[in-house]
Amino acid sequence: MTRQQFWLRFIAHIDRQLLLGICLLLLTSLLVLYSADNASWDRPLGQMRNILVGFVCMWVVAKLPLHYLMRTAVPVYVLGMVLLIAVALFGEISHGARRWLNLGVTTVQPSELMKIGVPLMMAWYFERHEATLTLKNYFIAALLLLMPVMLIARQPDLGTSLLISASGFYVLFLAGLSWRVMGGMFATAIASAPILWKYMLHDYQKHRIMMLFDPSQDALGTGYHTIQASIAVGSGGILGKGYLNGTQTHLDFLPERTTDFIFAVYSEEFGLIGNVILLSLYAFVIWRGFIITSHASTYFTRLMAGSITLTFATYAFVNMAMVSGILPVVGVPLPLVSYGGTSMLTLLLGFGMLMSIETHKKLVKT
Amino acid sequence: MKKRIEFKNHQREIFHFQLRLFFGIGFVAVLLAILLLRFIYLQGVRHSYYQTLSESNRIAIVPIVPNRGLIVDRNGVVLARNYSGYTLEINRNKTPDIEATIDNLSKLVEITNKDRRRFKKQLDESHNFETLVIRSHLSDVEVARFAAQQYRFPGVEIKARLFRDYPFGEKTSHMIGYIGRINDTEVSQLEDDDLAANYRGSDYIGKTGLEQSYEKDLHGTTGIEQVEVDANGRAVRVISRTAPIPGNTLVLSVDIKLQEIAEKAFGKYRGALVAIDPNNGEVLAFVSKPGYDPNLFIDGIDPQSWDELNNSPDKPLTNRALRGQYPSGSIIKPFMALAGLYYHTRTPEQTINDPGVYYLPGSSHQYRDWKAGGHGSVNLFKAIQVSCDTYFYGLATDMGIDNIYDYLSRFGFGKKTGIDLEGETSGLLPSREWKMKRYNQIWYPGDTVAVGIGQGYSLFTPMQMAFATATLADNGVAYQPHLVKEVQSPRSSESRSIVKGPLYDLHIDPKALDLVRRAMIAVTQPGGTAVYANMGAPYQIAAKTGTAQVVAVKQGEKYVAKDLSERNRDHGWYIAYAPADKPRIALAVLAENSGHGGGAPAQIARKVFDYYLLGKVPKDLAPENLKEESDHD
Repeated sequence: MTRQQFWLRFIAHIDRQLLLGICLLLLTSLLVLYSADNASWDRPLGQMRNILVGFVCMWVVAKLPLHYLMRTAVPVYVLGMVLLIAVALFGEISHGARRWLNLGVTTVQPSELMKIGVPLMMAWYFERHEATLTLKNYFIAALLLLMPVMLIARQPDLGTSLLISASGFYVLFLAGLSWRVMGGMFATAIASAPILWKYMLHDYQKHRIMMLFDPSQDALGTGYHTIQASIAVGSGGILGKGYLNGTQTHLDFLPERTTDFIFAVYSEEFGLIGNVILLSLYAFVIWRGFIITSHASTYFTRLMAGSITLTFATYAFVNMAMVSGILPVVGVPLPLVSYGGTSMLTLLLGFGMLMSIETHKKLVKT
Repeated sequence: MKKRIEFKNHQREIFHFQLRLFFGIGFVAVLLAILLLRFIYLQGVRHSYYQTLSESNRIAIVPIVPNRGLIVDRNGVVLARNYSGYTLEINRNKTPDIEATIDNLSKLVEITNKDRRRFKKQLDESHNFETLVIRSHLSDVEVARFAAQQYRFPGVEIKARLFRDYPFGEKTSHMIGYIGRINDTEVSQLEDDDLAANYRGSDYIGKTGLEQSYEKDLHGTTGIEQVEVDANGRAVRVISRTAPIPGNTLVLSVDIKLQEIAEKAFGKYRGALVAIDPNNGEVLAFVSKPGYDPNLFIDGIDPQSWDELNNSPDKPLTNRALRGQYPSGSIIKPFMALAGLYYHTRTPEQTINDPGVYYLPGSSHQYRDWKAGGHGSVNLFKAIQVSCDTYFYGLATDMGIDNIYDYLSRFGFGKKTGIDLEGETSGLLPSREWKMKRYNQIWYPGDTVAVGIGQGYSLFTPMQMAFATATLADNGVAYQPHLVKEVQSPRSSESRSIVKGPLYDLHIDPKALDLVRRAMIAVTQPGGTAVYANMGAPYQIAAKTGTAQVVAVKQGEKYVAKDLSERNRDHGWYIAYAPADKPRIALAVLAENSGHGGGAPAQIARKVFDYYLLGKVPKDLAPENLKEESDHD
């Protein structure tokens, strides 16, 4: 095997356009982390490690043929459910929430696994019943979604459970759930909101939603984050204050600026122009995701690709909306940009699946 | 035919899917458009507004840290207080070369190697964005000298801060605990408890003792000051101010005078003493010897002092009262006696003959009494008075471990008492299930024999012993022991009482109680095991002595204190309450390696009683080296 052949094999299942979009976003991440960490290499280096691990996983998943991917659906989902139930029964209470499971060697957070496990399972289910889809099948698929979501919401981890709900809902939507049923679901959701507010939400969750309407009420806590983030974004103006020159960032006004609020740092330093570029980068990745979805050759891969793409878009929207003050502060990181190993891994696994779907379709068709 | 229909469906399905996908694309487009509009609004339309906020006049929201609540004893003597002082602090992000800066600073103000070591340690442990204290308690002269030279030191500033101080130092260390700088784990804990906002600006948090368990009360509510700052971050003008609410004052049930007397009474001995008012569970004294100076920990202890404390063979950092687990020795006997009467294993009149040794049926293993040759004819009363081991070997065997476990656990043995301090250990009251679980072995009759005199597997804490003694003193009515009596708001006169009604009543037969009480009084009278220490007391004392073995004595050998190294000598135990007819104070004393419980421990207890009941301050506090009244119990 010549060196050229080796390289061709090595990148055989990598989608170059998707990879380009991802790399540009990751580059942005390193750039902003350096500034957000007050010109220190700590966080950028840590993020490089996260990226490296994520890339290896992405590469492996992209190489896996589709039937392997499908075969993992049930085991992954069942494992996720077992772990979630185990967490509910004997999970470690860390900081008031029961999210972690201590396996002796390491602690795991099963809800993270379900971010991929739930859409995978639902897509698998629809694929199996493709020929004879009735309302009953949608109902069962919805149950497959609701069980883990309820368990995660109870932990309590509202942010994750909402995002998993969204990814599952996208599968239902793409699988052709009738508009009438969706309308009904929407109406029910609106109607049950007051009950949810009263009995399901924890005080701190209510608090965060209230802060959206009047951030000055809680000037030291959550409201402070919202106020300072808005000032950072707004004061960035059209052109931004320039790289490493964000005063909000460097005078310690911004909270959590390497994780959930990293967008405020970016926005302050690069302004509206920078924001348009960032939005374009996201749009490019999302667009490529949609193209892959529309190429996808089987029902399973279509649903999976569509759900991954839409979920990615949702993450990006929720984070930027939260930082710019149009959504309450729910702990959602800016995908591919915020500092963090777990979310990086989950996202890149998803992109690995997209690449596998794109590059293995010919094999399935023939 | 069938195939064609499926094929058609497939086409339609793809069409439907593509349609849905277009909706999805449209949805994403709408989301992105919303964001774009929002950005245009914030960064275009409202730019100048936010520009003003950020550039020319930054409104900084400055937290005003509330004064931490005081801790006072039951008579109002201050045990933990605050005082203000100046600190010299370095902002690591604004200081280019920290080492050089410190070198230059040391020419202006004194910076010791200890200060440097402590600063280094903080530098390694803390987050990025804070200022760190290099020197505290600056004198006025030092402040003035630095102020004149401040321009040379970017990122270094003088701050006025409140310091915590524990005037009684070692004497209250295991009870009050200490505060220290908030670490990363505590930060995330606060965030998840949604308390992070209230701790903005706070540098300290309770780490151990009451400072930890009453953190919520002591901290207070952080105030807010909105200030205008100029481009360099200096405050120009205060816009609005919400005053902080200082933390609540803790009024302890502990009498610090009593505590001091108990402390001193220990003399050279290590050990623990817990004294409780049996009528309400108020802890009157809580001693663990040796203690440590909590003031060392407040600003981060320097590594050298830490090593000294941590590696000392005396283990000054161990809270012996709360966490020390010792075999109880003979002080378990009054409780065993009550159990025997409860299960009718013995009647009060029943006597046994004690030849000085006990054999299990069919075994040649010797269980020896502490007194060679035995006590002769012994009934229950005498068994407690002279602490006859043989009697209790037989009683335990006849009662069986299940009954013993069941009855003793009612008194709280082997369970946490729930006192208002964190980190209490539960001790160990052994049972069949426990042994199976722990050693995967069945329970042997020999195990029961040892439990009968408080040896074998059983381990109890001084706190537990004091709780059980208080329950016994109050005729089987148990109260929750607590160190804090009241939580007072410093602003209003409001106060919250911690004292609650009884936890439970064991409903012990009054006749049985009376017998045990009379026997325990006899312990302090001629013929008992704690006579010397209690001579001349103008009130009656009910007590029981005990000895916990540190090293086992081999079959056929004799315990001789002087042959053993000091730390292998027996621990002396003593439980007592007084006045016996209407108890006002109940206590448990443990003095490590003091030998006999009727020696040092009983003398310590007597001094505590004399002060508490008579107000008498003893002249010579340390225990005398008295002749041993008996060589074992």
